[in-house]
Amino acid sequence: MLAKRIIPCLDIKDGRTVKGVNFVNLRDAGDPVELGAAYSEKGADELVFLDITATHEKRKTMSELARSIARHLNIPFTIGGGITSIDDADAMLAAGADKVSINSAAVRRPGLIDELALNFGNQFVVLAVDARQIDGEWIVHLNGGRIATEIRLFDWVKEAESRGAGEILFTSMDHDGTKAGFALEATARISELLSIPVIASGGAGSMEHFYDVFTTGKADAGLAASIFHFNEIAIPDLKGYLKEKDVVVR
Amino acid sequence: MIAVIDYNAGNVQSVLFALERLGAPAILTGDHAQIRAAEKVIFPGVGEASTTMHFLRERGLDEVIKSLTQPTLGICVGMQLLCAHSEENDTPCLGVIPQQVKRFIPVHGEKVPHMGWNSLSRCADEIFTPELSGEYVYYVHSYYVEEGPYTSALSEYTLPFSAGLHKDNFYATQFHVEKSGKVGEKILRNFLSL
Repeated sequence: MLAKRIIPCLDIKDGRTVKGVNFVNLRDAGDPVELGAAYSEKGADELVFLDITATHEKRKTMSELARSIARHLNIPFTIGGGITSIDDADAMLAAGADKVSINSAAVRRPGLIDELALNFGNQFVVLAVDARQIDGEWIVHLNGGRIATEIRLFDWVKEAESRGAGEILFTSMDHDGTKAGFALEATARISELLSIPVIASGGAGSMEHFYDVFTTGKADAGLAASIFHFNEIAIPDLKGYLKEKDVVVR
Repeated sequence: MIAVIDYNAGNVQSVLFALERLGAPAILTGDHAQIRAAEKVIFPGVGEASTTMHFLRERGLDEVIKSLTQPTLGICVGMQLLCAHSEENDTPCLGVIPQQVKRFIPVHGEKVPHMGWNSLSRCADEIFTPELSGEYVYYVHSYYVEEGPYTSALSEYTLPFSAGLHKDNFYATQFHVEKSGKVGEKILRNFLSL
């Protein structure tokens, strides 16, 4: 049986993880590779690295990071943050990345999805989308949720799929940081609308929230950051809990 | 020395890193003599079947692969291309293993590609040792090899399909053995110690 995936997300700035990490037994918790390896050891199914560095040398630092992760980790990983062209993506692939995630750049220029899918295959392209509800309508936002667009979430993910995205990483800005649970209805609607996998993000605060997003939310994977970083939920415990509730996990 | 066949398709770097982690010396090469002389050969793959077959034929690598006598491991599309024919753009493949490659057809709304961790069963050769049954490996694919006489391990997605193949000196994994955690490392190590 295909297992539901648990995915920790690491924010990286200047080669270091940004959010404080409360892990014991780690020599250097700011080192993305060491932290990634610790998660892999604990049973994370995949990792997402978001590089939020803003420099002119960005492609070079990101590809160095990707290379170092690929060299040391034996599970799949996605890298994102500032990939806007085929050349950016090609550098990540050459460095050993399994997937790239694109977000605002794809909204600004949707053809980027087609180009990446054509050149590197659909499986390489994760379309990340940040959205929140405005007057009852889910609206796509740019730049980490700061800028509203006029694009409707469900229209956008459908278009992204038809252009060749291999997965959707959906973050609800309304839920992100609340620890009150994922956006179940919107996640389920995306999952039903599309035939590619959906990664749910934003709102995880308890193990039950993961159960809910895999059942009611029909998500293929659940992503979270702080609850894993601060050890509020340990991945082995989460997997044990899900197994007990008959959710298939690795 | 392990030769990893360089044919411009997908993520060969991951395979090289996986070998490096296991301490196995490897070279990435498209050179016929180097491939023929290697102790073992790995034929990786991410890509589309017809384009890849075209690329192999243009460089004469199709004949080289078919004539290999040392232990050879096909990964993902590499496994599919070892078969007789793929439904992906109706592509005649290398024909080393007489099995067919078909596209997944959803039965209960399953998503295609089949992406993520899935479990192994009926592990039955030197690289798929029996204790690996029940363990999880990482897949990304839309096409599969049906179960047949050369199936060395099974997984299930819409139907039971070949997780692995084995015929003579040719071994293959449909999943990304280089990305399958400790289980993948065990399978790679089994191949390396053949």
